[in-house]
Amino acid sequence: MTQDPIRLHKALSRIWATAPGFGRASAVNHSIVGMRFMVTAAFFFAVGGMLAMLIRAQLATPQSAFIGPEIYNQIFTMHGTIMMFLFAIPMLEGLAIYMLPKLLGARDLAFPRLSAYGYWCYLFGGLILLGALFAGVAPDSGWFMYTPLSSSTYSPGINADVWLLGVTFVEISAMTLAVELVVSILKLRAPGMTLSRMPIFAWYILVTALMMVVGFPPLILGSILLEMERAFDLPFFDPNRGGDPLLWAHLFWLFGHPEVYIIFLPAAGALSTIIPVFAQRPLVGYNAVVIAIIVLGFLSFLIWAHHMFTVGIPHLSLAFFSFGSALVAVPTAVQIFAWLGTLAHGRPRWDVPMLYIAGFLVIFVLGGLTGVMLAIVPFNWQVHDTHFVVAHFHYVLVGGFVFPMLAALYYWLPQVTGKLPMHRLSVPAFWLLFIGFNLTFLVMHWTGLLGMPRRVYTFFPDDGWTWLNLTSSIGGFLLTMGFALVAMDVFLQRKLGKAFRRDPWNAATLEWAMPTPAAPYGFASLPRVEVRADRLAPREIGPELAAGRGYLGHARNGWQETLGVHRTTGEPDQIIILPRPTYEPLYAGLSTLTAVLAMLFQLYFVALAAAVVTAGLFVWGARDAGQRQDHGLMPAGHGLDLPLHTEAPDPPPLLALAFALLATGTILASLLFGVVYLWLNAPNWPPPEVMAPGLLLPALIALGLVAGPVGARLARGSVSRGHAPWLGLAVQAVGGVAAMALLVLLIQDALPDPRAHAYAATSFALLGYAWLHVGIALLFVISNAQRWAGGYISPRRMLDLRLTRLWQDYVAAAGLVSLAVAMGLPALL
Amino acid sequence: MAALPLLGCAGELSVLQPAGPIAGSIATLSWAMMIGSLFLTALMTAIFFFVVWWPRRAARISARAWIIGGGLILPGLVLPPLVVAAVVVGERMMPHDPVPRIEAHARQFFWTFRYPDHGGAETRDLLHLPAGQPVDIHITAEDVMHAFWVPRLAGKLDAVPGHTNVLRLQADTPGRLEGLCAEFCGLGHAHMRFEVRVHAPDEFAAAVAAETTP
Repeated sequence: MTQDPIRLHKALSRIWATAPGFGRASAVNHSIVGMRFMVTAAFFFAVGGMLAMLIRAQLATPQSAFIGPEIYNQIFTMHGTIMMFLFAIPMLEGLAIYMLPKLLGARDLAFPRLSAYGYWCYLFGGLILLGALFAGVAPDSGWFMYTPLSSSTYSPGINADVWLLGVTFVEISAMTLAVELVVSILKLRAPGMTLSRMPIFAWYILVTALMMVVGFPPLILGSILLEMERAFDLPFFDPNRGGDPLLWAHLFWLFGHPEVYIIFLPAAGALSTIIPVFAQRPLVGYNAVVIAIIVLGFLSFLIWAHHMFTVGIPHLSLAFFSFGSALVAVPTAVQIFAWLGTLAHGRPRWDVPMLYIAGFLVIFVLGGLTGVMLAIVPFNWQVHDTHFVVAHFHYVLVGGFVFPMLAALYYWLPQVTGKLPMHRLSVPAFWLLFIGFNLTFLVMHWTGLLGMPRRVYTFFPDDGWTWLNLTSSIGGFLLTMGFALVAMDVFLQRKLGKAFRRDPWNAATLEWAMPTPAAPYGFASLPRVEVRADRLAPREIGPELAAGRGYLGHARNGWQETLGVHRTTGEPDQIIILPRPTYEPLYAGLSTLTAVLAMLFQLYFVALAAAVVTAGLFVWGARDAGQRQDHGLMPAGHGLDLPLHTEAPDPPPLLALAFALLATGTILASLLFGVVYLWLNAPNWPPPEVMAPGLLLPALIALGLVAGPVGARLARGSVSRGHAPWLGLAVQAVGGVAAMALLVLLIQDALPDPRAHAYAATSFALLGYAWLHVGIALLFVISNAQRWAGGYISPRRMLDLRLTRLWQDYVAAAGLVSLAVAMGLPALL
Repeated sequence: MAALPLLGCAGELSVLQPAGPIAGSIATLSWAMMIGSLFLTALMTAIFFFVVWWPRRAARISARAWIIGGGLILPGLVLPPLVVAAVVVGERMMPHDPVPRIEAHARQFFWTFRYPDHGGAETRDLLHLPAGQPVDIHITAEDVMHAFWVPRLAGKLDAVPGHTNVLRLQADTPGRLEGLCAEFCGLGHAHMRFEVRVHAPDEFAAAVAAETTP
């Protein structure tokens, strides 16, 4: 099996290469896409930082004439929005995309084209927001967009639409990557890497990505509803017509609270990876940490309302959310003490990443403790919406995300650049950051306790906040200088650092067992992992893998091959052939951009056309995926013969679809929550007029919905008996088209005007949800027909039909639930 | 507490200079929690440098003991008393018995206060209160969300269109206080403040009656 490493490197590089120049726009490789995410996120961090500087300049003196409230409101809204949606989330996604395959011993992620599409959605969505900022029409209702302030009555311009559409666009990116990361962790690992042998970072990303799958849908739904209210006057949040502004607050924080942990967990994952390296021993309490992060993930979904203690929620709920919020301290403390225990039982050595870890610890502990203080309702009622809260969440986010990410930057920079670190600028940069940060935000706690609310563009000399604000402003500028120094430091290390052979930190994880900077294929052959993957010896494994002595140590058929493994045991169960570079993700991104821009400028027919084009591009993009012939078992190295993923029983797309269904199911669940919430809590119920459709129309719709799963089964049955699937596809097509047409009829004829009352508006949303999902089912059917005709489906290559069946099953179930709730609600009213 | 004059807790809007029993008990709770937080932060920082600089001594505590001691026992000692204290303070703030009510109605960008027990007199951006007597403020909003806050008397509560929230206030002595809108409500948010005039109980009715009813 031993081969010449240079020859293998050249052969694999040819297969995995991305074209240079403009051809880079076709990149789907995780190293390129992950780096793009991180660089773009760093750019947006700089923009968000500039905005913060404008805020601090304005607040440096009382009654400053620097900027007025029109501009100031845009600046603080955009500062928050950019830092959350365009910096923190994409940065952690970029790190995960870049690092995960390297840590897991895979050559790429499961769906490279999906990550590339996710990147374009992120970039274009971000540019829409940035464009609005420069045009002076940026969102100005605060980053949580409380309605009615963000409604068309009180924010008539396009500012709020920019937020709702731009951020939702960026969230498409987050959703695609969440599914991508979950499936990649569960299916694309090195052989032998059971779940409990995974490097701890993979556990963190697994939990984070799962949280994203269920955490983002409430906000996506909320944004869609609010945009529908703004654009078409559907009164979901209008209390005069049975809506409730508090429903928006609930949907926002149902997302917003898990969001905080989505940001914190990957950073903590980086710490759990880095601390053992500098303690020179494996992480202690691996199992305890895994349990802690899973508990943290669950808890984070139960305590969203602690952002809403002052909106007037019942006292019993207050006690529940208060206790739950305080409880978060436990899994967090477990992690911190696992890190301390690791250092205590190791031989700690000091280096720049450790400096940032020390900084993290001080800042994050204080931020966590003020968080416990805020969980105490009487205290919360005093300091909520003051600068105390601003100080608290900067301690948590800068302490819990930025400092660990800087530790990660200094730790992994050699892996990315292939250059050894230098310390000349790193240490002064750290101290500037640490001192600047604490100067800015430690005193800001006090500003808040002295009564300064957040989001005020000015204050008065008598308020007693003058010196505190000036101090914060000075600290803010020191902080900015620190970041500038870090940027310079990174640039210089890349230019001037000395090259090294392998594993400069003496680490014990797989990303150091590859050449640096990483080759496009990652590993020349894939390792077998027999111990926990943070106890490996990269310096020994590296040359073995480079010489092709692992699995798949060959270049075959021009295929980009990597191994798929059993979800838990990590035993190989398939060879996955990954897609080559392609412009399709860029085209899909551009047509999605067209749809979003058209909606922004209220050109709804253009938007509809662009949405159809986007859907068409997805169907078209799948036209030649997979194989046109049965290959049977193929050698994977070490005497192992495996099926290709097209013929495997558990291929990644099936799992991906299951998680996509979980996401859209969460959207439906959020919508149902909204229906029940409005019905029980909103003023002006019951509605003046309810739906009376009779029985025939709903029965026919139900029939059309059920035709989906039946037809999908017929199609599978036909193909497995060696026949063509046309009958089954026709049943699905007819049933789907009929269901869609009848749903339109139901909405037009039986439903009262959705603009009249939130009851009709939510029923409209439920039926619209069903309509849209049946429409997507038809795309599956079209794709099946196209790919059957192209020869991509055979009795052994049934993946397409299995995917369609899964989707149809969900659509039938979800459609029937939507129909039943929309129809049944009037009876219960 | 010796650092108090240095730090300066005084201010017309300071949470730490309470002018009534509700804000008073919250201020006490705040002090206790802040001192506790600073102590715990110092403790954690000290432990960090202890394990980094003297790992051999720190290794005498087993790995399991580090995690159980720090992750479970430490929060187990701190959190329950804190939550109990919070419930006790919180219970004291809750409206139990019927007391006089005043209505606070928020709109962009001013406050209207109505006194139903005094013939429905109305004041704008000026709230009259009796000293030494609890009052329930019934908070509503006309247009967007606002929040009613008199930091020296009690916590804040949001004014939500379509809902009524009730906040109990009590001022100790006659005097002048300040209140403001604490929930971002648009262009005029920074200037949406109001004055609170606390009167001796026997002068309160006269002060309200002196306001012209619109």
